[in-house]
Amino acid sequence: MKTDDLITMLSTQVEPVDRNRMGRSLALGVAFAAAVAALATLATFGVRSDLDHVHSLTYMIGKLTFTLTVVVIATIYLLRLARPGGERETSLLVLAAPFLAVMMLGALTLSTAPRSHWDHAVLGTHWIECIISIPLIAVVPFALTIWAMRHAMPTDLRRAGAAAGLVAGGLSATGYALHCIDDSMPFVALWYGATIALCAVTGALLGPRLLRW
Amino acid sequence: MTANETELKALMLASLAGDGRSHHELLVRLSGYLRGFYRGRLSHTGRSVSEAEDLVQEALMAIHTGRHTYDQAAPLMPWVHAIARYKLLDYLRRTRLTVTDVGLDHAEDITAVDDHAGAESAFDLGRLLARLPERMRRAIELVKIEGLSVAEAAARCGASESAIKVNIHRGLKALGMEIAREGKP
Repeated sequence: MKTDDLITMLSTQVEPVDRNRMGRSLALGVAFAAAVAALATLATFGVRSDLDHVHSLTYMIGKLTFTLTVVVIATIYLLRLARPGGERETSLLVLAAPFLAVMMLGALTLSTAPRSHWDHAVLGTHWIECIISIPLIAVVPFALTIWAMRHAMPTDLRRAGAAAGLVAGGLSATGYALHCIDDSMPFVALWYGATIALCAVTGALLGPRLLRW
Repeated sequence: MTANETELKALMLASLAGDGRSHHELLVRLSGYLRGFYRGRLSHTGRSVSEAEDLVQEALMAIHTGRHTYDQAAPLMPWVHAIARYKLLDYLRRTRLTVTDVGLDHAEDITAVDDHAGAESAFDLGRLLARLPERMRRAIELVKIEGLSVAEAAARCGASESAIKVNIHRGLKALGMEIAREGKP
């Protein structure tokens, strides 16, 4: 095939391009992912029952602040990574910032608490439920985010996959935080942080396969 | 490169607004840039000129089907270069060459030369089209090859205009994937 012939074919009957198309499908994908994560947690666990206590509400808002910060940063990066060359505008440090912040707060809490409280502060009451639920709830949101990303052309498939995993993990953790009654900072830093990071790593591993174009 | 950027970006903006002539001009000029880029990279590996042309066509297809991913506020050439680079890395992965074979690390230093000679790939458009699903192949043949308008093609196929547009877009994307698959030596 002559390249000139290909160009002639591609230039025949050119249609105007909808400049918002990619942003729209990504926004739609993330919105569906958020809905699925919220519904999955509410259907399985329901909202925590002690919200009439001011403390519980405060702690829940604290956890949601962390998970939603992760979601917002990851979504912004997803939008950047969707375009060829977008990886130049990403920095690992920014992505890691919310995780580092909760780790520091967690370490601070432990350092001021007596040793005998450490076990409970780190393990809480439901750490196993937490590390199983967050990755499981993230599966469908991850698929939806990847589906949306396939309308784009990321040129760094590892980072794009990692961002999709981070969005899914962050949304899943947000949903789970509505139910979770373990409120200690070290618990959030370790189990939330680790499971969301696991989702990001999984995304980075799957990205080159799922997002190739 | 800077003069190029201004002119090429103007062509790109016109093409995104639906101007076929600008789109043609843009693709012709970018094909020259891509050809210089790929020939320069592949010449180190002793690969044939037609393999470079395979990559030129793959990249052109990607530029065409992915032009909605271009941010109109940003410069054009970094976007084109990212696509060209991605397609080269993808090709290296498929053919098990390594980055050191082609010296990609220096890609940014070398201004790709404009080169228009011998621009023919090993692909056969008819054969590639034949592998597409009927509705996509038909939409591409009617609009992109015979030059009917989308409305005329819709009437001819008894489909809606948006269905024709979607089939053309998906078909060209699939065609790009077929080229990538075929390009595996």
